[in-house]
Amino acid sequence: MFVVVCVLSIGFVALYWLGNRYTFRHVADVVPPAGIDARSFAGSFLFGLAMFGTLFLGVVLAVFLTLGVVRGDAERGLLQPLVVRPVGRATVLVARFLGAGAVCVPYVLGLYFATMAITGAEGSWWPDRIVTPGLELAGGVLIVTALSLLGSVFLSSIANGIAIFMVFGAGLVAGLLGNIGHALNSHGLVHAAKIAAWAVPFEALYQDALRAVTENTSGLTGFLIRLGPFGGAEQGGVTLRLWALAYLLLVGVLAIAGFARRDL
Amino acid sequence: MPAALAVSGLVKRYGNVQALGGVDLGVERGELVGLLGPNGAGKSTLVKIACGLVRPSSGQAEVCGARAGTREARSALGYLAEFFRFPGWTSADELLKLHQRLAASEGGDAERGELLDLVGLSEARTRRVEEMSKGMQQRLGIAQALVGKPQLLLLDEPTSALDPVGRRTVRTLLEELRRRGVSVLLNSHLLSEVELVCDRVFILLAGRVVAAGAPTELAKPRGVEIETERGVQVYDGVSRDELPRLVEQLVREGQKVYGARVLTSTLEEVYVEAVGGETD
Repeated sequence: MFVVVCVLSIGFVALYWLGNRYTFRHVADVVPPAGIDARSFAGSFLFGLAMFGTLFLGVVLAVFLTLGVVRGDAERGLLQPLVVRPVGRATVLVARFLGAGAVCVPYVLGLYFATMAITGAEGSWWPDRIVTPGLELAGGVLIVTALSLLGSVFLSSIANGIAIFMVFGAGLVAGLLGNIGHALNSHGLVHAAKIAAWAVPFEALYQDALRAVTENTSGLTGFLIRLGPFGGAEQGGVTLRLWALAYLLLVGVLAIAGFARRDL
Repeated sequence: MPAALAVSGLVKRYGNVQALGGVDLGVERGELVGLLGPNGAGKSTLVKIACGLVRPSSGQAEVCGARAGTREARSALGYLAEFFRFPGWTSADELLKLHQRLAASEGGDAERGELLDLVGLSEARTRRVEEMSKGMQQRLGIAQALVGKPQLLLLDEPTSALDPVGRRTVRTLLEELRRRGVSVLLNSHLLSEVELVCDRVFILLAGRVVAAGAPTELAKPRGVEIETERGVQVYDGVSRDELPRLVEQLVREGQKVYGARVLTSTLEEVYVEAVGGETD
């Protein structure tokens, strides 16, 4: 499995490098409309795409590592020998979360910094905030990991995998709705998108991360960038981070409580 | 000292289906108890409640005096599930090491070596689980259940994948465990095995105990068998007390008697009578 992940990730990074190389080679020849800095626009747009790709790959990895932790493993007979030991069910669940996190967080950070380095090297463009957006992406993946663990208590592996990807898709749609709302100047749509993004805070963290990479970019360039790819940039700040942490704990408590009551 | 396993009025319902309908059962310290019954009788459910995998609807189950499912109860038992799987990439030694950590066992290398030796897997210590036959995995499962020197061993169909030699290994192992004072609840379909090793058996049917006792107590006399020059003759319904008179009569009639023995029903016959031919 890890060989497949490594090969595909290397493929992703290689394609991203190729995209950067051709884009920045042609940026010099482009005459953008007044008020737009072509290099900043190209760099931040490409890196925004990379952040979405990184989030998506991190989510795929997290979901496949955790979709069958409880029901799936119990149906396969892997879980019973472990949970009858004195360590107990909560410990097993927390250990699986930490295990998945120990794989996914370095993976996400690795991809994030690799793509950042490529854009920096090819286009001499660097994000306004270096570390925070990466941590927010990793936090988003941890939230999906926790949701997947919670789902695994109640759903079979396949049903859980489908459910989590649908929730992830719903977050993505919320971001796109926010984009449309901003473009049309519809406060209702923007508000609905914000509520939806906070209901699944991995999306709100992603939007905050997008904002952070261009937080010092202003003018028309800044406006266009914040319409950004796959979900517009939205400020979340400290409140969002605290909410994400509380959300993570709440999902964890629900998963542990559900697991404690589950017949295996 | 409390019993290794004490179950009273145990009821378990899965929705509208009643798996256990008020079971009372006990396993004393050092006792080897067999649990018999057709498929769906509730045997696995009972074992799962005892090790805390399933919560009872009502009634009580205690392991060495602690409520089943609690940390204290789980610390006192070892369990081999009917359907289990170990990660294929682990070796036998690594798997036992993991369970030593989970059970907080301080047995170390010596315990692992002893357990693998006990189940006849000393040669496969570094072999990966995925490279083992089903029978080897089942014996590894038994070794895993014995990690941490449990006081009560719950074995759910431990010999289902074993060949005759493997079954014999397990039988010898069970006798060794009894010698060491470990209590065992053995859930098995192999009546001959249960008859050979168990001190007592409980027969479950539709979630209730329909027969219980030592195999010799459950066995009923069903006649006598006398070997004469004409061959072996079976006299159904003749009791042990009537045997001397019968032999005397045969001798008086001029027949040579070479041997005589009282016939009792086997555990299989007791079982079939108790479950009334029920299979599912």
